[in-house]
Amino acid sequence: MDKLKSVIIKFKSLIGLLALCVIISIITPRFLNVNNLLNVLTQVSVNAVIAIGMSYVILTGGIDLSVGSILAITGAISASIIVKSNSVFLAIIAAIIIGALIGAFNGIIVSKGKIQPFIVTLAAMTIFRGVTYVYTNGTPISGLGRDFTFIGNAKVIGIPFPVVITLIVFLIAYYIINETRFGRYVYALGGNEDSTRLSGINTDRIKMIVYIVSGIAAAISGIIVTSRIGSASPNAGSGYELDAIAAVVLGGTSLSGGEGSITGTIIGAMIIGVLNNGLNLMNVSPFYQSIVKGLVILLAVLIDKRNKK
Amino acid sequence: MQEKMPILEMKNISKSFPGVKALSGVNLRAFSGEVMALLGENGAGKSTLMKILSGVYKRDEGIIRIEGREVEINGIKDAQNLGISIIHQELSLLPNLTIYENLFLGNEILGGFKLNKREMIKKSEELLKSFDFTVSPKTLTKELTVGEMQMVEIIKAVSKDAKIIIMDEPTTALTEVETEKLFKIIERLKNNNVAIIYISHRMDEIFKICDKITVLRDGTFIGEEDVKGITKDKLISMMVGRKLEEQFPRIDTKIGKSILKVENLSMKDKIKDVSFELFEGEILGVAGLMGSGRTEVAKLIFGEYKKSSGNVYIEGKKADINSPKDGIREGIAYLSEDRKKEGLILKLSVLENMTLSNLKKYESKVKRINRAKELEDCKAYTKKLLIKTSSPNQLIKNLSGGNQQKVIIAKWLLTSPKVFIIDEPTRGIDVGAKKEIYQILNELKAQGKGIIMISSDMEEILGVSDRILVMHEGRITGEIQRDKASQEKIMKYAVGIAD
Repeated sequence: MDKLKSVIIKFKSLIGLLALCVIISIITPRFLNVNNLLNVLTQVSVNAVIAIGMSYVILTGGIDLSVGSILAITGAISASIIVKSNSVFLAIIAAIIIGALIGAFNGIIVSKGKIQPFIVTLAAMTIFRGVTYVYTNGTPISGLGRDFTFIGNAKVIGIPFPVVITLIVFLIAYYIINETRFGRYVYALGGNEDSTRLSGINTDRIKMIVYIVSGIAAAISGIIVTSRIGSASPNAGSGYELDAIAAVVLGGTSLSGGEGSITGTIIGAMIIGVLNNGLNLMNVSPFYQSIVKGLVILLAVLIDKRNKK
Repeated sequence: MQEKMPILEMKNISKSFPGVKALSGVNLRAFSGEVMALLGENGAGKSTLMKILSGVYKRDEGIIRIEGREVEINGIKDAQNLGISIIHQELSLLPNLTIYENLFLGNEILGGFKLNKREMIKKSEELLKSFDFTVSPKTLTKELTVGEMQMVEIIKAVSKDAKIIIMDEPTTALTEVETEKLFKIIERLKNNNVAIIYISHRMDEIFKICDKITVLRDGTFIGEEDVKGITKDKLISMMVGRKLEEQFPRIDTKIGKSILKVENLSMKDKIKDVSFELFEGEILGVAGLMGSGRTEVAKLIFGEYKKSSGNVYIEGKKADINSPKDGIREGIAYLSEDRKKEGLILKLSVLENMTLSNLKKYESKVKRINRAKELEDCKAYTKKLLIKTSSPNQLIKNLSGGNQQKVIIAKWLLTSPKVFIIDEPTRGIDVGAKKEIYQILNELKAQGKGIIMISSDMEEILGVSDRILVMHEGRITGEIQRDKASQEKIMKYAVGIAD
């Protein structure tokens, strides 16, 4: 009995996701069909990639509110490169480098400036949204060629390309966090910074890297979003940081750091995606959707809290 | 002699938690105007018993009598109404409020609808004065020292007409001067007919201020004795259930060549001109009062703090140490006095804590951690240091203090250091485990490592060290060889009386 209980607690996010799927498929038969499910996965992929990067930051006890703005600026930069040179390779590399640089900016100020991550990334969010507006002059950049829009819209053996990208990002992130020294240090840092530093670990460096990871993840999402829509909007990605944080929390990761998993985050992102899709299929008004989503997050965290006691 | 009636009598108290019987048939009495020491190793059931008394837990069996009358304690409020007050190890004052606000928290004096601050301040002033505590009641609590905060807690308890005060290891965070003050207050409380239940691991305190002792072991009642007429050995054997021939097993080793040399080390105005040398196969004790700069010197050598001048030599070579990482590379291990804050990562497992400083060793070519090898080392050290844990994957927070300390020792052994700096090696660790820690230190000494042991426990310093340095206000004020060392000598240097 105790064993069953511990299994339930271990897989609670997954059980929650499956339960949600069962409920939705009972209410609306349109949910359980291959096209719809692939559609859900594609929609989830943008949030999932951001949330994976966010998990690294949150596991160290930090937070990254700038991901939405990073998505917008990297999307805009890659779009303008495509318009000018039509080099997909250059566009992707540039986006990732910009994402990493903004992450490094956050990381330096958090670690060396010893300022709370919430404040630093809140400022970065505002700054880089502004930079995006300046860069784009406030208008979307469109007219991106087929070579680039391929990324967001093509399929590989029937699977949408964004889903493939998400899967690759997930596998790499999973390996690093679970199998490498750096991954162990991330958990240690989130658990107790002083102990970790006194164990001979360069904690400033770890902090710096997690914000870079988050920046790169947001840049990858920026590329997916831009190529999917076929244009880069300066408003892209606003509010995405909250969806990503919600996914991380729904996946059972503690906001105080040191506890949680990347697998949980993926499931958390799926829960949000399935919920969105289900509510759409049921023709629930977007106004109500927001209310339902908020309540689900609260409920999940309350259940989690009870189990931990 | 006719015995007087106890103000508190707990009889045949039992309490079970899922899977464990925490207490079984335990008795405890307390008398007005007396101090009852409650002793036992960690996990003996002291805290559980006190939690039952203060209304946090409910007992399964047994009776509680106060002044001969049977009572039910169903909550913290009940305990307070019965005049029971507990002073925790972790203080419960609110740091951002003033002293008087803390004293009257929950019992504020009102004038109409608003607080009558003037009245509260006046009453607080009287209370503080009656304890010879000369500080304004309008001082913010966070500006007080730990000792002063504790005093405020005690005054608060007394002001609520507490008849029974429980003190849970009150001196762990106090300086010697503050401890003396606390003892004076305890004397006063005794004169005012308050009954005190005193929990401590420090033997000398027990003999100094307690009238009676009650010993628990493994959740059972071992006995109640008068302090007069009991010996330290008897007490220890009651606590651990076996006779300890010697509390400080010592071995003599050959002192080898110089392994660490510190020259004119200084840090701003905190550490001044500290120079000393450490040799192979030696335990160098560092004594001194709290705030004398012992921990700062350790952290300077290890690289956690930045020195303003001075040099450190390892095996004769000048070492450039600017971070703990550098310190470890140079072969130094530093075990903090504060295990929870600066040693352990409570959310990680025993294994993960043990290998943290040495993870590089387990990396494969693809940067993957070799878990099998990690597990092998963890098991080997668990066996070698007699660490009691249900599994290497057990969370470290579930281990006792002694076992946690052993995991940290294992962690540093894995980095194969030459110099061990161990700060308060047995703080908060029970008697049985203490001896095991000393044996480990001895073994390291026999292997030719150099050990610096910082300790506030006088017996430990005298019992374990080969040589003793004493610090006072950031300087080394004395060096004493083992055979010439005495408590008085150390104290003289520690308070800065030069000879």
